[in-house]
Amino acid sequence: MKSLAELSAIREKMKGKIALREGSSDTRIVVGMATCGIAAGARPVLNAFVEEINNAGLVGDVTVTQTGCIGICQYEPVVEIYAPGKEKVTYVKMTPEKAREVVEKHIKNGVVISEYTIGNSKL
Amino acid sequence: MKELSLNILDIAQNSIRARATNVDIILKEDAETLTITVSDNGCGMKADFLKRVTDPFSTTRTTRKVGLGLPFFKMEAEMTGGSLDITSKSEEEHEDHGTVVTARFFKNHIDYIPLGNIIDTVCTLIHGAEEVDFLFLHEYGERSVMLSTREMREMLGDEVPLSSPEVLAWAREYLTEGYAELYR
Repeated sequence: MKSLAELSAIREKMKGKIALREGSSDTRIVVGMATCGIAAGARPVLNAFVEEINNAGLVGDVTVTQTGCIGICQYEPVVEIYAPGKEKVTYVKMTPEKAREVVEKHIKNGVVISEYTIGNSKL
Repeated sequence: MKELSLNILDIAQNSIRARATNVDIILKEDAETLTITVSDNGCGMKADFLKRVTDPFSTTRTTRKVGLGLPFFKMEAEMTGGSLDITSKSEEEHEDHGTVVTARFFKNHIDYIPLGNIIDTVCTLIHGAEEVDFLFLHEYGERSVMLSTREMREMLGDEVPLSSPEVLAWAREYLTEGYAELYR
């Protein structure tokens, strides 16, 4: 059985590692989580990003965060990517599959998937 | 919404927006009914806003004039023959301010929307709210599942954030085991 006590083991294991994670984070993945986003499927999209960033070993470099209504409800789930020195990229009508692709191509290799961005959206 | 757990995520976001530091999500379930209560110590609402808060054309959002979170939740409860109640004390008028949203569902009604992936909802809330303490409790008959971020923080200390993948993975497994036991 899982118990709360296991969290102190996590605490021990992570000693010293957290300092490295904090502050070095420079890319932000922001997922819209208001009523419109949630109803359109933002929860699995957010979880896919959290999972993939962890799998890719990028936890210190990339933060995944949640925000409220971005204002373009008809394009939800909406995901914004902020990277230092680069223009913000807005992905629309996201799915967990697209999220995994964005981590692979955009986050890891710096290639924006313009097909999924708002500028390219034919809606 | 396709799952009531998505409504719970949505309603809890209202508490976060209301600058709550404590949010309790309590589910009480038996063979026939499910009662969902989300209560917080946020800024609360004054009587005039409270009166029209389940009207889709009242919202605090600034990007649109429509707010559908509470109206959806109310409709989904009423569709099953249940109901939704909101009580609130505003911070301007009360020391013990906050809001309590209670929704009652009849599970055997054909229009009952299933609870769905509640574990995802709890993990999403833990991930998103570094400044909020959540108490999650689901009672089913005699058994229950409980997770308190305050208790988690006590074990983790100040150094390890709740949003760490290791911590989220632990929470997911903890709840998965709890639910296997709850619906045994």
